[in-house]
Amino acid sequence: MNSMSSDKEQFSVQKLIAEKKKNGAKKRTEKIVPFILLMTAIVSVLTTLGILFTLLFETFTFFRHVSLIEFLTNDTWYPFSDPGEYGILPLISGTLRVTGIAILVAVPIGLSAAIYLSEFAKDRVRRIIKPILEVLGGIPTIVYGFFALTFVTPLLKNFIPSLEIFNALSPGIVMGIMITPTIASLSEDAMSAVPNSIRQGSLALGATKFETAIKVVLPAAASGIIASIVLGISRAIGETMIVSIAGGSTPNLSLDVTRSIQTMTAYIVQVAQGDAGYGTTIYYSIYAVGFTLFLFTLVMNLLATWISRRIREEY
Amino acid sequence: MTFTVEKKREEAVKETQGKREKNVVYKTKELNLWYGETHALKNINLDIYENEITAIIGPSGCGKSTYIKTLNRMVELVPGVKTSGEILYRGRNIFDKDFEVEELRTRVGMVFQNPNPFPKSIYDNVAYGPRIHGIKDKKILDQIVEKSLRGAAIWDEVKDRLHENAYGLSGGQQQRLCIARCLAIEPDVILMDEPTSALDPISTLKVEELVQELKKDYSIIIVTHNMQQAARISDKTAFFLNGEVIEYDDTDKIFSTPSDKRTEDYITGRFG
Amino acid sequence: MKLIDEKRVSAGMKRRIVRNAIFKNLFLFATLLCLLFLIVLFYRILSQGLPHLDWHFLNALPSRKPENAGIYTALNGTLWMMAVVVPVTMILGIGTAIYLEEYAKDNKFTTFIRVNISNLAGVPSVVYGLLGLTIFVRALGLGTSVLAAGLTMSLLILPVVIVAAQEAIRAVPNSLREASYGMGATKWQTILHVVLPAAIPGILTGTILALSRAIGETAPLVVLGIPLYLAFLPSSFLDEFTALPMQIYNWTSRPQAEFQDLAAAGIIVLLAILILMNSVAILIRNKFQKRY
Ligand SMILES: Nc1ncnc2c1ncn2[C@@H]1O[C@H](COP(=O)(O)OP(=O)(O)OP(=O)(O)O)[C@@H](O)[C@H]1O
Ligand SMILES: [Mg+2]
Repeated sequence: MNSMSSDKEQFSVQKLIAEKKKNGAKKRTEKIVPFILLMTAIVSVLTTLGILFTLLFETFTFFRHVSLIEFLTNDTWYPFSDPGEYGILPLISGTLRVTGIAILVAVPIGLSAAIYLSEFAKDRVRRIIKPILEVLGGIPTIVYGFFALTFVTPLLKNFIPSLEIFNALSPGIVMGIMITPTIASLSEDAMSAVPNSIRQGSLALGATKFETAIKVVLPAAASGIIASIVLGISRAIGETMIVSIAGGSTPNLSLDVTRSIQTMTAYIVQVAQGDAGYGTTIYYSIYAVGFTLFLFTLVMNLLATWISRRIREEY
Repeated sequence: MTFTVEKKREEAVKETQGKREKNVVYKTKELNLWYGETHALKNINLDIYENEITAIIGPSGCGKSTYIKTLNRMVELVPGVKTSGEILYRGRNIFDKDFEVEELRTRVGMVFQNPNPFPKSIYDNVAYGPRIHGIKDKKILDQIVEKSLRGAAIWDEVKDRLHENAYGLSGGQQQRLCIARCLAIEPDVILMDEPTSALDPISTLKVEELVQELKKDYSIIIVTHNMQQAARISDKTAFFLNGEVIEYDDTDKIFSTPSDKRTEDYITGRFG
Repeated sequence: MKLIDEKRVSAGMKRRIVRNAIFKNLFLFATLLCLLFLIVLFYRILSQGLPHLDWHFLNALPSRKPENAGIYTALNGTLWMMAVVVPVTMILGIGTAIYLEEYAKDNKFTTFIRVNISNLAGVPSVVYGLLGLTIFVRALGLGTSVLAAGLTMSLLILPVVIVAAQEAIRAVPNSLREASYGMGATKWQTILHVVLPAAIPGILTGTILALSRAIGETAPLVVLGIPLYLAFLPSSFLDEFTALPMQIYNWTSRPQAEFQDLAAAGIIVLLAILILMNSVAILIRNKFQKRY
């Protein structure tokens, strides 16, 4: 490389390029590649279609065995009797109970963490706490389920002696911890996006940081915060393993959180695990339940998107 | 080293003064360009000559970048661009269907306002052009890389660190590396859009010297905001205003006795 | 008369400052609760599982007797499944991201694909299980094979991979693309030789994080009907298998305390894998941060 250029053969790069030129092959690649890439993009569209088609088709079959009226109004879900009873309300009730507890845990903790991180914490503290929250969000739900059943439930039983082994309270609390990072980090994003000038305006009037956070920053970031809570709710509704392990399998409409329950997701898992023969009403029922679950989360997700889209218009 | 550069420059100057008749590289005829509704270039007619430095000056937003990006059809990357008229490059209309943009851009290199080396090694940066055009032979690539880096007057600074990342270079070095990268495919024309505006004065000087050196082998079109720079290095100057060519002539003439009042106002700093 | 009574303001001021301090600490306390939870969780699982975690545990087949049982088949099954998930998600995820960022025109169809992907990310994993059960296990007749589970998991994490890859590709400055086009490179050459190499660290970081989600996911596997217990290894992608989370789930659902300890030991292995993957992702992110 370091030798003088004199002893080198002379050549013209442009000539070499002209010799190498294989226009045909190049042109073909340029045409084929976008097509192949489009095909990969189509896969996610097919996934959606697959989900919709699968759920709708098998749900439709289910409703040939069970009337829609019964599904929506019967207050008992007991498929294992003959004839089975298929009222979805107890499953929905179970799901909402656990979700409610989770939200009661996650919103105060998540919002406190968000306020602390965005309004009070120094950079150094923030850099320690954020990864911890991320770790909480990255732990597999099977681990949370195990922890709820083997640790939280026995712990709670010390305070609530009537607590059943499977109950709504323990998985609800643990699920709350699980969705806290979602709420905390999305809310913090929303609050950090509030322009500093607004904050300074309040602080300059002599307001304390707390007053500024509550009266100025929170309202300004409201839609982002609400969107984060809605997303948290959606995750809680769709969460499966925690409730399958620690929630039990007794669908009911009671409001007692110390009793065993069953959520929509836990029911799907229960049936899929036991061998409900292919083609039985029970088999199809998991699709009807799955479809109901899908609708719930879909509405929540669309709501979250709709709310958070409104933030951008605010400042 | 300095001696040879000086000498070569003198020779180059003599050469330009010597023979007046030069080949036209680019002939622009009735060129119009729209970004959607914005009429950015209006009836441009301009001949650009071989082995000369043509400077394009004018106030911000007058269409300088648009014009030189049209010369290698980079402007078409912007969605919604429409053009009319002709640009003949060595007699061929660059807008012709059978004139591949890739072929045009292989013949016409471009250096950008901000140094934009790839996040690769210095060697790979320079070898990028030859490689994508199918030159794989290591020995030939080695020679091309050395020659191009020498051509861009940066060889001595980087010869011991060819395989280090180009991002470790200073801004001025990066810009000369980008020039080397451009030289590697031995283009016919080099387009430069404010190549020194992001550089410090010393780096600027180096690039200016380099540009003058390069005009022996290349035709160079350079956009600049810096009037002194245009006066110092260019042979011809075109003054653009609001998408039109107001005046195009020998640089000496433009800077001493401009024929249009607006040119005079601009170069004397009365506006822009 | 003065409109503002100075005395009352300054008395109120003290109260407000105290309240500020109280709430600040309350917020901090709530934040620290998360940390506390994490510590308790890790402590509990480590103290329960570590005594059982040994070479034998990693290399033994599952067994009815807790003292003999191990995670050999489960751990291997997870690796087999990842051998499907990694290539499938990388190809589909990066392909889609390139299409959307570099090729797609700004039209209704593109918007539809984008919205669709963000909605897919919110679909519960158990629903993906139903999809896999219907399409892969039954309709395509793949049964409860490695392939069926791998494909289901791939679809599940695909939206995450796509979004990560899109962000990485979008972060590549346009000036690099221009430089490449300016040399006469074609679009695909530019993408292949400039955009992708520059985006690959970001893509890898996102992909690894998504993969770590696939490793821990249990619900879709349960719905597919993947066995909770299997005493042999798969020898092809069409064979049955079991996975680490399934084994943990199995042990967790047993009433005997010994099995719960095994579950804890299994969880330690699972978490160790995840921590390892996350560390790699963070290393890549830190090494290549802010290069342009
Ligand atoms: N991508 C684009 N889309 C729409 N309009 C554009 C685009 N790029 C440039 N324009 C418009 O075209 C006109 C010419 O722009 P151009 O960038 O060519 O100016 P310029 O002379 O290079 O200015 P400067 O000295 O600031 O670089 C301007 O009015 C500008 O607003
Ligand atoms: Mg410009």
